[in-house]
Amino acid sequence: MITNTLYSLCGLVLFAMGLFALFACSHLLRKILAVNIMSAGVFLVLVAAAYRPLGAGEVDPVPHAMVLTGIVVSVSVTALALILACRVQETSNLSISRNGLKVNDEEGSGG
Amino acid sequence: MSFDSPTWIVCPIILPLIAGLLCFLFRKNTFFIALFASLANLLSVAILLWQFLLLGPMRYSMGGWQAPLGISLRMHGPTILMLLMTAVSGLGITLYARGYFSFRIAAPKRVGRHERQERFFWPLWLLLMTALNALFLSADIFNLYVTLELVTVSAAALAALSGKPASQIAAFRYLLVSLLGSLSYLLGVVFVYKTYGVLDLQMLRQVASPGPGLQAALALMTLGLLLKTALFPLHFWLPPAHANALAPVSAILSGLVVKGSFYILFVLWFDIFASSISQNALNLMGVLGTGAIIWGSVQAIRQQRLKLLVAYSTISQLGYLFIAFPLALRGDGGQGAWAAVAFMVLAHAFAKSAMFMAAGTIFLHMGHDRIKDLTGVRKCLPLTSFAYAIAGVNLMGLPPSGGFIAKWLLLSSSLTSSQWWWSVVIMTGSLLASIYVFRVVSRLFVIPAGKSICACRPHSPLLEWPALVLAMIALLLGLIAPYPLLILETDTLVSCLLLGGGL
Amino acid sequence: MKSRINNRPKRHDPLLLLLLLLIIILATLLVKVIYNLPVGITGLGEEVASFQQRSGVVSPVTAVLLNFRSYDTLLEVMVLLLAVIGVWSLTKAPFPRKTIKTSPVQLAVVRLLAPLMCLVAVYLVWQGSHLAGGAFQGGAVLGGAGVLMLVAELPMFQQISSRPLRIGLLLGPIVFLGVALLCIVNGGELLAYPQGWAGSLLLLIESACAVSIGLALSALFVGGRPVDDLLEKKKS
Repeated sequence: MITNTLYSLCGLVLFAMGLFALFACSHLLRKILAVNIMSAGVFLVLVAAAYRPLGAGEVDPVPHAMVLTGIVVSVSVTALALILACRVQETSNLSISRNGLKVNDEEGSGG
Repeated sequence: MSFDSPTWIVCPIILPLIAGLLCFLFRKNTFFIALFASLANLLSVAILLWQFLLLGPMRYSMGGWQAPLGISLRMHGPTILMLLMTAVSGLGITLYARGYFSFRIAAPKRVGRHERQERFFWPLWLLLMTALNALFLSADIFNLYVTLELVTVSAAALAALSGKPASQIAAFRYLLVSLLGSLSYLLGVVFVYKTYGVLDLQMLRQVASPGPGLQAALALMTLGLLLKTALFPLHFWLPPAHANALAPVSAILSGLVVKGSFYILFVLWFDIFASSISQNALNLMGVLGTGAIIWGSVQAIRQQRLKLLVAYSTISQLGYLFIAFPLALRGDGGQGAWAAVAFMVLAHAFAKSAMFMAAGTIFLHMGHDRIKDLTGVRKCLPLTSFAYAIAGVNLMGLPPSGGFIAKWLLLSSSLTSSQWWWSVVIMTGSLLASIYVFRVVSRLFVIPAGKSICACRPHSPLLEWPALVLAMIALLLGLIAPYPLLILETDTLVSCLLLGGGL
Repeated sequence: MKSRINNRPKRHDPLLLLLLLLIIILATLLVKVIYNLPVGITGLGEEVASFQQRSGVVSPVTAVLLNFRSYDTLLEVMVLLLAVIGVWSLTKAPFPRKTIKTSPVQLAVVRLLAPLMCLVAVYLVWQGSHLAGGAFQGGAVLGGAGVLMLVAELPMFQQISSRPLRIGLLLGPIVFLGVALLCIVNGGELLAYPQGWAGSLLLLIESACAVSIGLALSALFVGGRPVDDLLEKKKS
């Protein structure tokens, strides 16, 4: 029981840390890492939900399957976010050096 | 497959999915694959509607495994309305996208870029349609998470499709915010599973009882979904993402995608966990909705660019959906509020898609979308200007539009439940909406003397007609108002809840 | 933009401190809730155990993943594919025009490890029916092999053309979807495997998905569409 709760608590702490880092860090890569830490925290809480006390039957496989699903989703989204961040970095650097202008989010529409 | 076979329920998921995979594989004739999928999707939704009116709500166990072990699909009143919304505006968007891309590819410069955009648009859009349909049909709280992520990934990829730096920054932010929302929702699901040990919505409704576990879960899920629905003050990501995307993509994002997360929120609050929702929480939603209406409208009035104006108006229109929250669980007023939400969602989906399409067409022809330079566009784009104006009528809520019915229902239920202050907000919102609509419409329709407005290139009718038809559907929604209400009331589950509205 | 790319967060920003406070409060509340959750919730473990016989596999996790909740897995395979499509839509593969000469050490490592990893992947997929393992684990190892070969900068992997890659990426999703639809033709629900066939059908789905997952992970590592992806039309 104690170990199980400990895992859940660790997961929550990871979630909170990631949440803070997501807002506090301004670098795009760090933001992606922060989201990854958050998802690791959620998965930890989820895996801990599979725990059954001794003698109360087998470990619950459903949370395990859910975590597997979650991990694959998280890998895919992380990859997309990374490539997108690379593109942002490339194109914004380009336009900064070319125009000497700041790229303003609100300005210009994509037509 | 006979017409009353239960298998039809998987068609809105399977058909666009297969078409999306084919579009990725073949790369040729993709428009026809997409058109076929959109038509087939509409047809299967029509059959589902027919089944629903005859047989009532139904459930379908995926893989033959009953809940709680397996995943179920379910169809009830709100589901069928949302499916209809997706199918109808989906068809319109598919047609418009064809006109949009062929117009751009016909332009002499940057052909390669436009071809790339078109190639990747089709598979992404069809998979997004799959994801939305799957989301509306799902009856499993974890499966909803998977569909949410499917929506997130495809929507973010679509938002970045234009390739401009501004759109990519906006798409990146959109992706991160959506991820944060999904994770918060997932943590809520974990709490639900830890507390009750089941994932099926129906079973959850039976076992749910107010308690700290459920409260934490609901708070987390609500926060995540509000972030995805862009309720004020969590809306910061929406205007750049919607305004900088390609026009068909803006129509998809603003018209359909935000409705997905709203739908989940709505089902959780008023169907599954309705017994644990406190009046304070409902009032908080109403207050945030008020903030959204006022802030979104004021920002829309201040914008210099057409697409940003339309994007901010989305924020303000989403606010009305939340005004319905405090009205929904109060005795007799409840029923009206439910119907108002349904009308608002439908009317906004059609009108906003039409508005973004019209804005996109104007942008294509003028080469810019600065509002102050749009004088006299009516002369070269009469249909598009007309479509924009009709969609605007919807946002203002003039009769006979669907928006009018929604606001009327909200007003009357706020008065019958003696919460008159919400009606003040609704009136103010309509007034502000008329300001930002007329600001553009008045320019579009005034023709300055003796000046050529724009060099008009020939374009296919697909660029103008879909917007007009969708705007007309939104306008005429008010005339067929009894039918959506009938669909909502056929649903025994919903009406049970409504009868016990005082919960 | 510059400020956003900047590495260091500003110190002692009052807004950040407020945020920190809020998050700490949130975390404390959640911890408190988790600590006080009831213990006696059984979950779905017994349910799974009682239907295990009919699922066609021995491993409970695989049974949940590919039979009881196979619909989730179908959608999840689509998420991975969508990520690849999204990445391809963003940018071209960043391979240099001229291929650099591969060092002999790298080559030896790849020669030694890549076949071994493929073997391990096959084993993991096979093992999935009775122990921990399955399509995703196998696919991940295959993806690792792919990454290894890509890192070695062998020219043949950089010049892989779009069409075979797309077919490979779609193999898993199409086989999965095809089996799902065959179940309907057979008279059952979507993904309701016919009695007695579940085991072999699951193995088929898992093998096809493992290949696609491995390819998808490698494609994500490359981070762009194949060089010839958009050229097809221009040639014709």
